[in-house]
Amino acid sequence: MEQLKTIGRELAMGSQGGAWAGQSKEFLDLVKSIGEARSKAEEDRIILREIESLRRRIAEPDVPRRRMKDYIIRLVYAEMLGHDASFGYIHAVKMTHDDSLPLKRTGYLAVTLFLNDDHDLIILIINTIQKDLRSDNYLVVCAALTAACKLINEETIPAVLPQVVDLLAHPKETVRKKAVMTLHRFYQRSPASVSHLISNFRKRLCDSDPGVMGATLCPLFDLITEDVNSYKDLVASFASILKQVAERKLPKTYDYHQMPAPFIQIKLLKILALLGSGDKQASGQVYNVLSDLFRKCETSSNIGNAVLYECICCVSSIYPNVKLMDAAIEATSKFLKACPSDSHNLKYMGIDALGRLIKINPDIAEEHQLAVIDCLEDPDDTLKRKTFELLYKMTKSSNVEVIVERMIDYLISIDDNHYKADIASRCVELAEQFAPSNQWFIQTMNKVFEHAGDLVNSRVAHNLMRLIAEGFGEDDEGADSQLRSSAVDSYLRILGEPKLPSLFLQVICWVLGEYGTADGKYTAAYIIGKLCDVTEAHLCNDTVKAYAISAIMKICAFEIAAGRKVEMLPECQSFLDELSASHSTDLQQRAYELQALLCLDSQAAGNVMPLDASCEDVEIDKDLSFLINFVQQSIEKGANPYLPESERLGMSGVSNFSSPYQQEASSHSLRFEAYELPKPSSIPVIPQPFISTSTTDLVLVPDTTYYRENNQASKLIVGPEASSADAGIKLRLDGVQKKWGKPTYSSSSSITTSVEKTTNGVVAHQDGIRSHSRDTTYDSRRQQPEVSVEKQRLAASLFGASASKTEKKATMAQKAPKGNSTNAEKSSVVRSVSPGTSKDKTAPPPDLLDFGEPVPTSAPTIDPFKELEGLIEPASALGPLYNTVKTGGDKAQDLMALHMDTPPSVSRTSLSLASEGTYSTDKSSYTEKPMIAVKKGPNLQDALHKDATARQVGVTPTGNNPNLFRDLLG
Amino acid sequence: MIRAVIVMNTQGKPRLLKFYDFQPPEKQKELIRSVFAVLSGRPDNVSNFVEADAIFGPGTRLVYKHLATLYFIFVFDNSENELAMLDLIQVFVETMDRCFKNVCELDIVFNFNKMHAIVDEIIFGGQVLETSSEQVMKAVEEISRLEKSSNSISFVPKAVSGRFGR
Repeated sequence: MEQLKTIGRELAMGSQGGAWAGQSKEFLDLVKSIGEARSKAEEDRIILREIESLRRRIAEPDVPRRRMKDYIIRLVYAEMLGHDASFGYIHAVKMTHDDSLPLKRTGYLAVTLFLNDDHDLIILIINTIQKDLRSDNYLVVCAALTAACKLINEETIPAVLPQVVDLLAHPKETVRKKAVMTLHRFYQRSPASVSHLISNFRKRLCDSDPGVMGATLCPLFDLITEDVNSYKDLVASFASILKQVAERKLPKTYDYHQMPAPFIQIKLLKILALLGSGDKQASGQVYNVLSDLFRKCETSSNIGNAVLYECICCVSSIYPNVKLMDAAIEATSKFLKACPSDSHNLKYMGIDALGRLIKINPDIAEEHQLAVIDCLEDPDDTLKRKTFELLYKMTKSSNVEVIVERMIDYLISIDDNHYKADIASRCVELAEQFAPSNQWFIQTMNKVFEHAGDLVNSRVAHNLMRLIAEGFGEDDEGADSQLRSSAVDSYLRILGEPKLPSLFLQVICWVLGEYGTADGKYTAAYIIGKLCDVTEAHLCNDTVKAYAISAIMKICAFEIAAGRKVEMLPECQSFLDELSASHSTDLQQRAYELQALLCLDSQAAGNVMPLDASCEDVEIDKDLSFLINFVQQSIEKGANPYLPESERLGMSGVSNFSSPYQQEASSHSLRFEAYELPKPSSIPVIPQPFISTSTTDLVLVPDTTYYRENNQASKLIVGPEASSADAGIKLRLDGVQKKWGKPTYSSSSSITTSVEKTTNGVVAHQDGIRSHSRDTTYDSRRQQPEVSVEKQRLAASLFGASASKTEKKATMAQKAPKGNSTNAEKSSVVRSVSPGTSKDKTAPPPDLLDFGEPVPTSAPTIDPFKELEGLIEPASALGPLYNTVKTGGDKAQDLMALHMDTPPSVSRTSLSLASEGTYSTDKSSYTEKPMIAVKKGPNLQDALHKDATARQVGVTPTGNNPNLFRDLLG
Repeated sequence: MIRAVIVMNTQGKPRLLKFYDFQPPEKQKELIRSVFAVLSGRPDNVSNFVEADAIFGPGTRLVYKHLATLYFIFVFDNSENELAMLDLIQVFVETMDRCFKNVCELDIVFNFNKMHAIVDEIIFGGQVLETSSEQVMKAVEEISRLEKSSNSISFVPKAVSGRFGR
């Protein structure tokens, strides 16, 4: 950099020496050297050097004005090349104050190019603009108007508005014209600030100068676009102006390539199209002049065709007239058949015009079939896209297969993501609307996913899964299962492809899991093997892995339920091991669930994962009414009643658990308070291993700390605090209460008992309510993999079957052919309505939601998901309840001792609650983990231990940085 | 409304930029790059229209004209007519041709403040102001005459720029 500066200085010195050659010599040198630069880097270097030297010299005192002008121009040039020249803005502003016209104009030019309309320096220019708008020299006025147009924003409009309005009566027509346009610009910026001046536009329409009249058409066009009805009275005037223009009543100077004022004609036609749309009476006034124009327009010149095209647009927009339609169709076919040198432009316009006309009369496309096909095969990309747009508009159930096939071919051939996504969504839309058969639909979707999978909305994937699950046919089970097995076949084939988008892999995993073994064609081992391959062959993210493991779990469950023995394939086992040690708690949990499932007997497995139950409604008791008794009992026994977070907030200062760090912090503060008020009674309850350690030490070992606190907490509640609440020390109670406001470890421990009981084969539920609740949570957890389908079903069932029905109707459209647009509208309306309503209806009871922070939704598109959350969360909110009512003394002690073995896992649970966003809704289902941790022993503990070490190193594990951990841990 | 007027050479170097909605320099750079990527990928003898909604937002299109070493590009939304915009480019080029007699890239580089004056006479605040190159010429000449009389700073003489002609 230093070197660069010296070079710059030398250069500057050198060029100063040659300043005699003329004011802009240096500028010329600059441009020349840039022109000769061989690389982008060299160009950048030259410009940076130039900017550096300008920065120095522009700040020198007493720079001659002319030289300053040169500097400013060079700054403009540098900024045009993309370099920052902000240090010079103030000098440009100063230059606008200059009296000399060239300097003032340069200043205005520079500020209009440099400054944004809310830049701080604008305030320094407004005064100048005000003064210049009153200048006698019309060129100064024009320059000021140009600047006003660019620089005046909503707040500063009032400062210059009076002057601009005065200029509407300026003797020079150029000034009047520019004043009208400036007002138009003000209107665009802030319609409210000039609303009282709108009548001026109407007045100026009658200006003696046709140019000014033409200029008013621009703001009027905008005004009419906003509000058609207030301008219906002008239809006759516009029509008569158009007639006069077409009849060459304007001065010759307005002719352009022998066309009379074509730009005015085009604007008028656009305005008339707006005014005449759907209005028979207004349209009637336009028919004559339009047919005149069709007759007069010469098609030899470009601008003539522009007017002609605008006529077609106008005809297609206003109330239809047979004669005019014929003329328009004829003109369109002339465009399409054009073969001069610029035929592409005309073809483009022709295709566009055709797209407009088929809205009125769908049949006219047929006679131009060949021309359209030609355009489709044209090397011109723009033309091709326009043609696809046309095809999209004219799709019917009879031609959908061809059109979608074409679209997909094109989709494969392009690599512009923006347009790819566009085409893909159109394909999906058409396929959903007009699919002739299920087979075709699935194949089409597969292709779309395969080639643009990452670009399509995840809603589409969910739709596809739901479609496969629900089937098309109303009652025809056979057809449905045929559909499913054909889907399974195709997916197994597609899995051979080297690279598949993640969304598509999710669909594949889900379908294979749900229906892979349904028809008995493939063995469970084969499908499981395939699923394991998926995760290995494709570098897939956690979501895909989650889908895959859930699919494996389903297949295992089906197998067990059918009484067959499931043999663990080695690759499956290694996949499972990988996931159980995963940093994503979600994946870990799924892995544990699968392991747990493998131990179940056939009936239990069948109940846990019923076959083909993805469409069943899951009944969830939102109010948890089945717990009322239990809660009542517990309260009678002396437990603290559950308080919503808002109330707890009032009670103590620490309450925000919005992030893991904060949680950590709050636990610290908890300890501090505990120390200020030591309470000996709590110490004896602390389990043996910890008795000797003092609490301060624990800060260093977070895992044990957490665990210790767990015990403490549970003890505290069971013991002194709960039973003798009045005697309890208030401060500490708050802290504990706070800490356990969230369902965390100890809730899981309490639930674990029942889980263990069951797995041990002891069917007797020690506590009916508790095991019931476990089932619920487990159930809801189990539903997670199928959530994509479930949530849609849920939405559909909640907001009336209309959603799914319309959907179905749309897909079956070939049975009842309808105007496609209305059909599309209908389904899309329903679709768009449902999320909104879902939110309204399903706002979960706030007091049950224990979490201050909204649970981040991983899939933003899916609103029903939210709802599911809402349904699950109450279950998880049980945590604190359990906590408070924990079974009396000795039993708990045993339990604690039992779980002493697995402190890391415990701490992980509590941590992950806060750190894992996505599935934090089903916390209580973490119950499974400790159990398995106990059972599985070393392997797991190892992994968890690693994790704990990692945390000690100071890294919070999240699903996102597993690699980091690998590095850290070697 | 016309969103932008861009003149760039066939290597993608901007020669004249005028955005009617403010764009910060970095954004301008990016827009230029993506426009150039699109245009340079288009073969000759195809249409002059490109749908630009990936670059300039939904509903925008651009019309370009490739003349010698330069691309002239107008970006606009659906309140304008493509063919008419193509003719507006024609007006712009004709005016420059009258102004500089056989306009070439160098004229544009060296006189870019004059170029801005021309564009300002054709397009005002994003709307078409004047479509007759004769009228535009008159206005521009009037400006230079008045500028000369008020102050004798002249534009770069043709002879100087000619020295660097290739």
